Amino acid sequence: MGHLSPELRSRAERMVALYPERRSALIPLCHLAQGQDGYLTEEAMEEVAELCGVSPAEVRGTASFYDMLHTEPVGRYVFAICTNIACMLAGAYEVLDHATERLGIHLGQTTEDGLFTLEEAECLAGCDRAVCVQVNHRFFGPIDEEGFDQLADDLAAGRLDETVPPHGVLNRVVRKVGLEASRRKDSTISRNPQSAGDPPVGPAAAKPEASGPSQSEAS
Amino acid sequence: MLTQAPRIVTARLGYEDSHTLERYLATGGYEGLRKALSMTPEQVHEEVNAASLLGRGGAGFPAGRKWSMRRPAPTTYLVVNGDESEPATFKDHLLIERDPHQVVEGTIIAAYAIGAAQAFIFCRGEFALGLERLTQAVNEAYEHGALGESIFGSQFSLDLVVHPGAGAYICGEETALLESLEGKRGFPRIKPPYFPAAIGLYGEPTIVNNIETMSNLPWIVSNGGAAFSALGQGSSAGTRLFALSGHVRRPGWYELEMSKVTFRDLIYAEMLGGGIRHGRELKAFIPGGVSAPWFFPEHLDMGLDQEAVGKAGSMLGSGSVVVMDEQACAVRAAWRISRFFHRESCGQCTPCREGSGWIENILRRIEDGLGREEDLELLLDACDNIAPELTWPPKQTTICVLGPSIPSSIVSGIHRFRDEFLLHVKEGACPHPPDEVRHV
Repeated sequence: MGHLSPELRSRAERMVALYPERRSALIPLCHLAQGQDGYLTEEAMEEVAELCGVSPAEVRGTASFYDMLHTEPVGRYVFAICTNIACMLAGAYEVLDHATERLGIHLGQTTEDGLFTLEEAECLAGCDRAVCVQVNHRFFGPIDEEGFDQLADDLAAGRLDETVPPHGVLNRVVRKVGLEASRRKDSTISRNPQSAGDPPVGPAAAKPEASGPSQSEAS
Repeated sequence: MLTQAPRIVTARLGYEDSHTLERYLATGGYEGLRKALSMTPEQVHEEVNAASLLGRGGAGFPAGRKWSMRRPAPTTYLVVNGDESEPATFKDHLLIERDPHQVVEGTIIAAYAIGAAQAFIFCRGEFALGLERLTQAVNEAYEHGALGESIFGSQFSLDLVVHPGAGAYICGEETALLESLEGKRGFPRIKPPYFPAAIGLYGEPTIVNNIETMSNLPWIVSNGGAAFSALGQGSSAGTRLFALSGHVRRPGWYELEMSKVTFRDLIYAEMLGGGIRHGRELKAFIPGGVSAPWFFPEHLDMGLDQEAVGKAGSMLGSGSVVVMDEQACAVRAAWRISRFFHRESCGQCTPCREGSGWIENILRRIEDGLGREEDLELLLDACDNIAPELTWPPKQTTICVLGPSIPSSIVSGIHRFRDEFLLHVKEGACPHPPDEVRHV
């Protein structure tokens, strides 16, 4: 144990305490560990398991399901180029081809200097900025071939260090308050007694930075 | 055309600093919550019923009725679904990044109405900036007295956790989302019995509502449900945030009065989509996220109305419209959509896990000019195995609706452009040019 730095360890313990059940912190803790190491190491998964009260295999089993959690090393900057329908219609595969040539790697690979990894992303919810690209989950777009070259140059030269932290660092804002509130599962019971009244029916048959010329600019 | 409807969820977005507490408070922020706390939870619920607010996630189920379905229990959870991943949908992303306090205020109001002491906002992991802004907003809301013990001096207390996803489309499905929130793989649960309102997070009754749904609540409480339902028409009340993309001159987000504005307005009006780029003709458009069957020029004069679109054989879904011009290749579009579902299938159910791959491969073969004439029937047969008889709405052979979304998303295109599919086979190549890169 003791893989996480003391600072991250205490942040991790506070995160666990936010949830009614410890295991709920599993994915946030994987992000936290990935922020320290750039990817999810064996040692980190063991420490996450200990913090969440599950086995390391369960952490790996969960982590391997999710695209954002990498159990192998990746570059300092991970390019995710969206090729889904809206971006494809805006030429995403042409941009992707250009990116593979420019970086000299195939999809999923990392450049020899460890700087860049290239991924084909599913829709990143930035379709008004198609072709849409994320670097370490920070948005750029619309991007064309020249735009990609510029972006790669800026990253390599460190000109985007403030907006794009190294891969794995996700949420840089630390939860500061509400940490001492009654939050365990048992103590939330009947905390707001005035709301117990509603007579519900059950069980339900129910189904369940804008850069484009959008309304804010238009009207 | 554009109606006089007020902007409800995007009112603040003209300000550069729309995400800050200062701007939020200066523009009426947290007034809806103060008013809600002066009412009983039942009264707040009644206003939402009166508003006829349909859930904005995609299924379009009435929000107030969903709240009524919760099983009575000492602990109820509220989970806000911000895992926006339906291709071409980018409205929740916008609301999270640009007006996070509005999301937080709506969440507190909903929690008060349903009697939840603990709420979660599940934010898609890829929204790094959104996660930071939401966390900041939650920190500020606690300091402002809008979260924590005795909110604004009332008897009501609430804790709110911003929870990051980790990259999986399936977690937008509400039971998969709850699994993920419990630290597991995003495998949808079997319904019944796992309707979240009855057996949800940690087995407790849980209400799962969408980000945009929450964002409407401060306005509804402040202005009254009747003012909301006076907008739009019939079951499609209020305004809705539409996301427009593809081959239009002005892709972007547009908050519009439901039902009163048509697809033609959205795509062609100068103030909105501005028409097809390069003055080309419209070939087809997707009316509500890629899970929705395609529409064609004859559907242009239909209102942005949930019921009308449903009756015409598609859905308004997540409110995202993708436009394809005459040069777009129907095979390529269908291939890319099926590739998405193949990549995102969680793998639990055979028809979806295997069928999505078959469909992707057959379409790729046709697009590459290696298809055979009988591939069309093979394709429809594979679709039929996922959603028998290819009806609308689709029948289901799988635990969740991801499976049947695969046939729904492509079958209308196959039928409409049958000749184009066959031309690929006949010519041994795609007859369309590569997609043009949009230069900036």
